[in-house]
Amino acid sequence: MMHNPLRDPRDRRIPRLAGPCVLVLFGVTGDLASKKLLPAIYDLANRGLLPPGFSMVGFARRDWADEDFAQLTHDAIKAHARTPFREDVWYQLCEGIRFVPGEFADDEAFDLLAQTVKQLDAERGTGGNYAFYLSIPPKAFPQVVQQLKRSGLSTPPEAAGGVQPWRRVVIEKPFGHDLASAQELNAMLDAVFPPSAVFRIDHYLGKETVQNLLAVRFANTLFEPIWNRRYVDHVQITMAEDIGIGGRAGYYDGIGAARDVIQNHLLQLMALTAMEEPLSFAAEGLRAEKEKVLAAVTIPDDLATGTARGQYSAGWQGGIPVVGYLEEQGIPADSTTETYAAVRLTIDNRRWAGVPFYLRTGKRLPTRMTEIAVLFQRAPHLPFDATETEELGQNALVIRVQPDEGVTLRFGSKVPGSAMEVRDVNMDFAYGESFTESSPEAYERLLLDVLIGDPPLFPRQEEVELSWTILDPIEDFWSTCAKPDQYAAGSSGPRSADELLARDGRSWRRL
Amino acid sequence: MLTDLTDTTAADIRAALRHTRDQMGAPATGVVLNLIIKTDESGQHDAVRAAGQAGREHPCRVLAVISRDPRATSRLDAEIRTGEGTPGQTVLLRLYGPMGEHADSVVMPLLVPDTPVVTWWHGSLPAIPSALPLGALAQRRITDAARAQAPPEALAALAAGYRPGDTDLSWTRATPWRSLLAATLDQVTDEITGGTVSAEEQNPTADLLAAWLSQRMGVPIGREDSGGPGITDVKLTTSAGDITIDRPDGRVATFSRPGQPDRHVALHRRDIAELLAEELRRLDPDEVYGETLAAAAGIPVTS
Repeated sequence: MMHNPLRDPRDRRIPRLAGPCVLVLFGVTGDLASKKLLPAIYDLANRGLLPPGFSMVGFARRDWADEDFAQLTHDAIKAHARTPFREDVWYQLCEGIRFVPGEFADDEAFDLLAQTVKQLDAERGTGGNYAFYLSIPPKAFPQVVQQLKRSGLSTPPEAAGGVQPWRRVVIEKPFGHDLASAQELNAMLDAVFPPSAVFRIDHYLGKETVQNLLAVRFANTLFEPIWNRRYVDHVQITMAEDIGIGGRAGYYDGIGAARDVIQNHLLQLMALTAMEEPLSFAAEGLRAEKEKVLAAVTIPDDLATGTARGQYSAGWQGGIPVVGYLEEQGIPADSTTETYAAVRLTIDNRRWAGVPFYLRTGKRLPTRMTEIAVLFQRAPHLPFDATETEELGQNALVIRVQPDEGVTLRFGSKVPGSAMEVRDVNMDFAYGESFTESSPEAYERLLLDVLIGDPPLFPRQEEVELSWTILDPIEDFWSTCAKPDQYAAGSSGPRSADELLARDGRSWRRL
Repeated sequence: MLTDLTDTTAADIRAALRHTRDQMGAPATGVVLNLIIKTDESGQHDAVRAAGQAGREHPCRVLAVISRDPRATSRLDAEIRTGEGTPGQTVLLRLYGPMGEHADSVVMPLLVPDTPVVTWWHGSLPAIPSALPLGALAQRRITDAARAQAPPEALAALAAGYRPGDTDLSWTRATPWRSLLAATLDQVTDEITGGTVSAEEQNPTADLLAAWLSQRMGVPIGREDSGGPGITDVKLTTSAGDITIDRPDGRVATFSRPGQPDRHVALHRRDIAELLAEELRRLDPDEVYGETLAAAAGIPVTS
């Protein structure tokens, strides 16, 4: 790329901006589109991060005109955008909104789509750069991808005037339901798009706190010396949800908590927590380190004692009576799908040998929260009486991913008074209170990265496959077991999960 | 919560700040910077309001220094506002008599420790911001040449007295234009041979923008007067034709490039709170501003 004299690395007021392009959205009528994607696009436009002429095409099975899609976008923005609504920004965005009605099987609809984006190139100068966002069920992927190929949409034209137009495709989890299906999905994408054009969205990686984990670890001298088996006792990574499965019965049953959450979010968080320092924060460096550490993950020898799974039964959640999983609409009464999963993993390398990583996730737990807690070993000797340190726990560094994003450091401190008594206290850093910049929403950040073509925050196929390699034997084992353990909705999980830690002389952090 | 202290001292204000904090049960943390505002009685309302809005993004301890009659006997009146819809605390300090010359002695004990200090002159424009006691305290000094009687002379004076850490809101106003122009040049491969920036008369932002473009691209950039509001258009001449960004109404711009359709871009003029919020985002010296200011004033840049 030619050097741009107006760009200067010292000039940090000028933001990264996407180049001219069209975003083609499949599945615009879905929840994700109206709650996250469309508002994020507006917020990007409002922050001045989208290029002049940026255009958006919606594709769905609706008998709609452009105005109907614009109306849907308008409503979604009004309801969910984070930045204030501005008429002039909306005007700019609205000019580039198009809609193409059709079924995924309909050749004509895709030909119309191809025509529409071409027209946008001519009318709005989008330069033949298209990003396809597949916010659709995975079973529809092959059909859509094939249609993109057939209609010529997936093939960028020859470079004109020294600039090569690009094509990118964005997919959401699940990336398969086991190793074989993940490979199959990849082969299907691979036949149409080069690997560098495929962006797999794991929205957790777009979160500020997750990226901050890298800053905390690698920008400070304070933490890295103790970030190893000599000081760390164990690590707990939790993603708890207070909601049930809601309207996702069709997707969720047969998938379960481990495939839905552990395979992607939790293993990614674990990789970022445990990986070595990357050569740089460019995509290659980051992915190489994540892959190394994922490849070093080992599962328990005895899966019966090293894993736990559960299914919520009827109970009270936050003061409201709720039904059990088996009574949820659309769930067969004999379903063995787990809504809670916990595993004990270890990492076979010099830094982490012998340090267990406990991963847990579940639905209908008391609160919604995601955190990474690094718990440190107790001091080898305490020059106090046992009674003086009765209330002293383990030192801990907790990265709160959501809600209430921030970092907590927990350590012992003297209780005021004439006697010596040590108790745990918290030192707290909260994003909302300590930063001079409001953090962008995860989807905002990720969408911008897609449009700019910046891949570090997107997992690569190798990482997806490594994650399935870790999870597949566990799923195989579970499929041979009887039903998952029941836990009352609103409680903090099945007893077997508590026993999993109790066997190691540890306990879960309170939810 | 409002606390009024008449004929008081910095120590009493500190005690009152701690007392209100204890009463409200809010912890000591949660303030990311100290913002000293040098203003006068007529400007304090707008300045404190803007700081309060920027404070939603950057919770700060605002210390508004208001000089009163310099011939009176020395006296300090303070008004403490906490929890009035914005995070952080605001203290209005009214300095009477000779004390007005020693505002730093009042402000220093009231700064939150371990937290950066920014000084903003709202109204009066100091010749050398860093040479003033309130400027010397700060790592970042914000002025606004657009509020001066004669902005071009004001820019020249700021350039002569520039020290790293200085910044001016007329430069902040240029950011949306600059990012749009930088993004444009990401795409354009034709050689740029010159251009113009048009704006209302005596617009310091236009002067800085023209100086920046000229200095970065090494081509002459003219400066033309138009009726405003603010900057109305920027034109870059290339071998293939003109690239123009035309904003007649201060809200929406039309972007034209040779061989491409015209496009609209939202490019609204931002209010003072938004400008302040951008300024407070980065607290390290803005070298590009320093170089551009020097170029605008015709001072050769030495690096």
